[in-house]
Amino acid sequence: MQKRLIVNHQLLEIMVMRLCHQLIENHGDFSDSVIIGLQPRGRQVAQRIQSTLKAILGTTVPTGYLDTTFHRDDFRRRETPLAANATHIDFLIEGKKVILADDVLYTGRSVRAAMDAMISFGRPANVELLVLIDRLYSRHLPIEPTYVGRRVNSLQSQRVLVEWQGSDTQEDNIWLVTKIEE
Amino acid sequence: MQELSVRHLLGIKDITAEDIQLIFETADNFKDVLNRPIKKVPSLRDITIANVFFENSTRTRLSFELAEKRLSADVINFSSSGSSVKKGETLLDTVNNILAMKVDMIVMRHSSPGAPHFLSRHIDANIVNAGDGTHEHPTQALLDSFSIREKLGDVAGKKVVIIGDILHSRVALSNIFALQKLGAEVMVCGPVTLLPKYIKELGVKVELDVRKALEWCDVANVLRIQLERQQMKYFPSLREYTLYYGIDKKMLDSLDKQIVLMHPGPINRGVELSSDAADSHHSIILNQVENGVAIRMAVLYLLASKQ
Repeated sequence: MQKRLIVNHQLLEIMVMRLCHQLIENHGDFSDSVIIGLQPRGRQVAQRIQSTLKAILGTTVPTGYLDTTFHRDDFRRRETPLAANATHIDFLIEGKKVILADDVLYTGRSVRAAMDAMISFGRPANVELLVLIDRLYSRHLPIEPTYVGRRVNSLQSQRVLVEWQGSDTQEDNIWLVTKIEE
Repeated sequence: MQELSVRHLLGIKDITAEDIQLIFETADNFKDVLNRPIKKVPSLRDITIANVFFENSTRTRLSFELAEKRLSADVINFSSSGSSVKKGETLLDTVNNILAMKVDMIVMRHSSPGAPHFLSRHIDANIVNAGDGTHEHPTQALLDSFSIREKLGDVAGKKVVIIGDILHSRVALSNIFALQKLGAEVMVCGPVTLLPKYIKELGVKVELDVRKALEWCDVANVLRIQLERQQMKYFPSLREYTLYYGIDKKMLDSLDKQIVLMHPGPINRGVELSSDAADSHHSIILNQVENGVAIRMAVLYLLASKQ
């Protein structure tokens, strides 16, 4: 396995800061906005965005976590079943501006499942998508992000790995991982 | 992620403690789904499930049907009354005819012990046993243990007594297997005529005095007297049974601790449980029913992914 660092922790901090300012441009004081992180790995993205917005604006934007396992379109088509994670959304999204947050946008299928799952919590006014990494030319569905940290070109055999300080390693880092066939 | 070690849920005896934990964790997520404004997920939208009931049922059948519909499966219902079974069709023929209509899963209740096991050797569809005679009723045992886990935090180390007609109860046998796999201590209590002769070989305690059993336990699971399965007199009269084995609020209040009271339903009020006990704060009977849907969703979901 070969790992190439594509975003280091300083760059990631700048990236999150920039994304937050872009969000503020569109959402103002966030009075009608909510953030929903897609389980499992969008959870930390949502938390990071929420805490950075709190540092800038002083307000806490309602943030929830959405699990899409039961809404996926590859159930019974995968080798191994998917593990479900907890959904934690303690607000209604009826009429709200929803910011879906995830770490990596690849085929777009989990975002489709997320939009499907999200409707169980009400009809949002609009939905935007924020991702740290957009893997170009790999979409299976016509889904594009509203806010992008970094666009990368990658091979199908490669994987983008976002590590967060504390949970995975000492430092925040984003890696491009290449599996070497033995 | 882990998956179930079995293709069919025929009984708790055949599954592992890990399987039970996996079902519980999945059920936690489904319970969350059931508390949303829209209580439905599209997971099983390309699956057809037949509920084949050769024996009467209210709760189990409704609970399975609701679980299937909450998972967006297509459901067909079959009951032996008013069907060709009365005309002499065999079980295998009946089920093969249902399967010819492209059905993926069978939920079956049958009065003969082992009927779903027999079926599993002859057909491809996943089978869920919804009760086979006096043998097993796995989803009931799962939801009972799930309810204990929800109420007391864990099943391991808890003392659970099953009171009543152990001899004719599939709920008792499945519960014994499930509780032991999860690390609980199990006792059975009832008139000696209603306790199977070799029950001790399952590693359970046996108690004839209901008062002592209640003093020992953390959880009491009270069973109905299954008069429809009793071909002879096992005790002189229902009144006498109530006198010796009936549980009322006064008895629960006189214990020096709080116990959890469970019943798989249907309750014969005034026989095994008095009304004031069944409706008291000790009772989690309606929680059991609520959890039943989540547990059955988890079982169907996990088995469907083993296709």
